[in-house]
Amino acid sequence: MRYRAPAPEALLTAGLDTLTAVFHRPSGITHLLASPAPEILALLAEEALDADDLLARLAARFDLADANREALVARLDELVAAGLVEPA
Amino acid sequence: MRHVFSVRIGPIGFRVGSDWRAPIDALGELYRYYPSPNLPDFTVRLEATHWWRRWLRPSIRIAGDYTLPEAAPLPLAQGLLAAEMAMNLQLALGGRRFLLLHASCVERDGRALLMTGESGAGKSTLATMLAARGWRFMSDEFALIEPETGLVHPFPRLISLKNAAIAAAIAARPDAKLGPLLAGTPKGDIRHMVPDALAVGAMDEPALPALLLYPRYGFATEVRGVLPSESFVRLTQASTNYVALGETGFGALTRLVRETPAHAVDYPDGAAAIEQVEALWRTL
Repeated sequence: MRYRAPAPEALLTAGLDTLTAVFHRPSGITHLLASPAPEILALLAEEALDADDLLARLAARFDLADANREALVARLDELVAAGLVEPA
Repeated sequence: MRHVFSVRIGPIGFRVGSDWRAPIDALGELYRYYPSPNLPDFTVRLEATHWWRRWLRPSIRIAGDYTLPEAAPLPLAQGLLAAEMAMNLQLALGGRRFLLLHASCVERDGRALLMTGESGAGKSTLATMLAARGWRFMSDEFALIEPETGLVHPFPRLISLKNAAIAAAIAARPDAKLGPLLAGTPKGDIRHMVPDALAVGAMDEPALPALLLYPRYGFATEVRGVLPSESFVRLTQASTNYVALGETGFGALTRLVRETPAHAVDYPDGAAAIEQVEALWRTL
């Protein structure tokens, strides 16, 4: 299954500390995200990816070497439930 | 409405209409030195629950653009409280020019200290005590954050003192003008205190937020730094119109928490709190 995130203009993002505040314009809902959720959104906004490709790109671009597939799928499920990511 | 009173409190204008004269007279007396608005932002009405209730066991229902359906009517003797609740409600739910935070606020050297916490945390009392020590009182209830500038605007309405805070505030400002003691209201005993002349005279002067505090009364002295993300969560909960403002609220609030240092302050008594606040202020 491939996932995609809203285009960058659909989100307002403000890094606060270890957490990032995200305002989702279409819904008007504010989310508070911990890494790697902001990085996932950034990558999935560029193109739709499946979990394996996403894992590889997270590792390559954001140095998330300790990421594992199971944890990533759990994060994706959370983002889907929050309405920030949808199956492509 | 038979009786009408208008007042401007900082940038917000109110018009209060009433079926009775007494609440209007009380407001006129306590807000004597406040200006009148050119155009009121909000109108509230204190109405009899039934036409005959204007005379027989007079009972006030609050009406206006915004109402709480579950709000119980108040007896006429608590008319001042009804008026104040109605004014707060219109601003809390209808205000769109500012991000509204349920916080007290004082100013020194052009910089503002915001204090927010649950009811009973000591917001009003601490603001009153600091004002008695030379700080400018800005508000005991709402901090009005201007989204375009990040400035906090004064809202020096009557200070609403509850229960034990009444004596504490009078001890801090023995010469302050007071409203009548309203005993046995839904919030306990309430007494209104008129802000000092400095607060009223400078009600058009905003200030830049410099410090956010989350006081908690009744605990051993402790000060803990608060991260911007925790402030963000606390203040979305302390805001009455964050959701209604949408993007504007998000921008104003993220800016506030990123630019303003924040601390949670537990304190056993007023004197300890003042000491902690002054010490934190000196570190800025």
